[in-house]
Amino acid sequence: MATAQMLGAEMVIKALVDQGVEVVFGYPGGAVLPIYDALFKQNRLKHILVRHEQAAVHAAEGYARSTGRVGAVLVTSGPGATNAVTGLTDALMDSVPIVCLTGQVPTHLIGNDAFQEADTTGITRPCTKHNYLVKDVNELARTMHEAFYVARTGRPGPVVVDLPKDILMTVGTYREPDDHAHRRYQPRTQPDPARIAEAVELIMNAKKPLFYGGGGLINSGLKACKLFAELVQLTGFPCTLTLMGLGALPASDPRFLGLVGMHGTYESNLAMHDCDVMINVCARFDDRVTGRVNAFSPGSKKIHIDIDPSSINKNIRVDVPVIGDAAAVLEALLAQLKARRFKPDKAHLAKWWKEIAGWRARQSLRYDNSNKIIKPQYAIERLYALTRGAKDVYITTEVGQHQMWAAQLFKFEQPMHWLTSGGLGTMGYGLPAAVGVQVAHPEALVIDIAGEASILMNIQEMSTIAQYRLPVKAFIINNQYMGMVRQWQELMHGGRYSESYTAALPDFVKLADAFGARGLRATKPGEVDDLIKEMLAYDGPVIADIAVDQTENCFPMIPSGAAHNEILLGPADKATTPVSEEGMVLV
Amino acid sequence: MALRLRSQRAASGAAKKPAPQAPATIAAGPPPDGGIKRAIVAILVDNEPGVLARVVGLFSGRGYNIESLTVAEVNQAENLSRITIVTSGTAMIIEQIKAQLSRLVPVHTVRDLTAEGPYVGRELALVKVSATGEKRIESLRLADIFRARAVDSTIDSFVFEITGSTEKLDSFINLMAPLGLVDVSRTGVVAISRGAEKF
Repeated sequence: MATAQMLGAEMVIKALVDQGVEVVFGYPGGAVLPIYDALFKQNRLKHILVRHEQAAVHAAEGYARSTGRVGAVLVTSGPGATNAVTGLTDALMDSVPIVCLTGQVPTHLIGNDAFQEADTTGITRPCTKHNYLVKDVNELARTMHEAFYVARTGRPGPVVVDLPKDILMTVGTYREPDDHAHRRYQPRTQPDPARIAEAVELIMNAKKPLFYGGGGLINSGLKACKLFAELVQLTGFPCTLTLMGLGALPASDPRFLGLVGMHGTYESNLAMHDCDVMINVCARFDDRVTGRVNAFSPGSKKIHIDIDPSSINKNIRVDVPVIGDAAAVLEALLAQLKARRFKPDKAHLAKWWKEIAGWRARQSLRYDNSNKIIKPQYAIERLYALTRGAKDVYITTEVGQHQMWAAQLFKFEQPMHWLTSGGLGTMGYGLPAAVGVQVAHPEALVIDIAGEASILMNIQEMSTIAQYRLPVKAFIINNQYMGMVRQWQELMHGGRYSESYTAALPDFVKLADAFGARGLRATKPGEVDDLIKEMLAYDGPVIADIAVDQTENCFPMIPSGAAHNEILLGPADKATTPVSEEGMVLV
Repeated sequence: MALRLRSQRAASGAAKKPAPQAPATIAAGPPPDGGIKRAIVAILVDNEPGVLARVVGLFSGRGYNIESLTVAEVNQAENLSRITIVTSGTAMIIEQIKAQLSRLVPVHTVRDLTAEGPYVGRELALVKVSATGEKRIESLRLADIFRARAVDSTIDSFVFEITGSTEKLDSFINLMAPLGLVDVSRTGVVAISRGAEKF
């Protein structure tokens, strides 16, 4: 194994390079000055200077999710680390591989309430997959390599390495990454053949089957998504995807029923409720998907494929748990099905598809368009239609109504092109995530479908966008409300719109100007197409402000505490029973 | 007990769990919930800074109950510590606790001793009793019956050392209460499986 003597700070850079990192998102400060000095003296590692540490993590998430690689973050001690906490929690909830390096006060000052000291490992313990405090320079290289291994292995997640300043300024021995895997952290990736056999048995005898694909497919990678599409095609079973799983199956596939869950399509949710065999591929029975758990898909046998054993039987009891990496499990399933000359039960399947066609005919994503006022759905539909010509389109979102409309109406043909904050629901995710995506894919068209409230949470990243001349497009669905908050207040709190109206929004066109970007505005439906065309034609960053209907609500909607078959299709569709007390306490 | 952490969730969660499904020919996960059970979980971990905080933080963060917790290094050569946690919950929650513990990076092994066959569980308590005259003699007599040893004595007090099951310690302490019980210090349960097998 090759070793060399060098400063701790140099080791940090070398370890990043040796781990294949090309870009690190960061913000300097006192405790990490030695690393920034080492960064200055080399040219293999590129640094993107963000304007807030939270944005550094989201940018790294965007980079990681759109490339399948580990995202790297570098922030200083104290406030640098605490600002990163929201991003780390977001990455933990959505299983995004991140290595976040945090500066720390010198080891002899730890515990003294030193300037810019925070108990970073203590604070980040519950919001990381794992974290380290390096107290010996000779352990630094090994720890860095282990951090990358842990971040990307098994169910991916964020890992923090806390680096005291004195360690960075001490000379020690650097070790290159070795191929020996971590001595104990070795998650199971190969499935148990007995479980595969059980799953195949259920699949072969299914009469009303349903695939339920999730974000784990995207995390596993392109191979898993390809195998998944193959399995869906082989079986001819209907397939629904979670918010995080969009793109795992091409949206144009006729077997795709659309998004599932609280704002999913009627056909997806009803199929989930009525199916007899559910094949959950790397989704986690999240509460946004299940609705009321004791009414969740009551008549089905459930297969659950997941790399994380703690996902099994956490929310929903399943019949056949299969632990393993998606690609390995799907490969084994396909091999078994082919070996047993699987032929779908055509008669039953046709009957099931007929039932689904009936639900599809309800056209649950339909909305009443207007020629006076821009409907948010219309703006997103036009954006989708007019970006068909572009080669490579990446969509990020903030959190709220616009996010759900984007998930419903934008069709994703390939994985890793849809980036959204699913588990944590972090407003302010979309703009910095778009920064990360654009850095990873300089030629691609990267659009942040945003809400005017969310984007203000990380609007400072327009400065980063300007600095690196990133042609990111912020497409703001502006209804002047925190739309999803307003919707819940209308449906559940008697229309008392407590603090959900933003009274003093900036003029986004002028704001764009201030950041050296192009500002565009549309206020009438007839202006939408021209705005989008102008936005796409401009080769720099754009803020597009779309003034939309302030009262539009996002449907379909499964009210909290309700079951899938209690889904509301539109404003005329009143819930048969008021939201239960149990439902009211749910988020 | 100081470590009793948000035990309500475990209790109220039980009522809301889905109804047991029809018995499957396929082997499923844990059996249908049959109410709250006590479990002794033994965890082998790397003896490194913060490892106990990770384990305890997992319990508090996810609303699991800790009735007692003990920890000490058990293998100096390999730098391993053994944590024994007495917890309670439905079968589904105990399964979750094991799965969640297993995915912590410094955790080597997690075993539910109560579920995996016969085991020996012991606790040690130091029980301070202050009494004179007949009560003092009675406390000594009871200590003898319980095989507790006096490890400290003054003219008007004893400190008894007693080991045994949690129940045995509870009843000894209850008996001491009217005889002048001053204070109690308990270790919490340590446990090991019976037979030659490891763990």
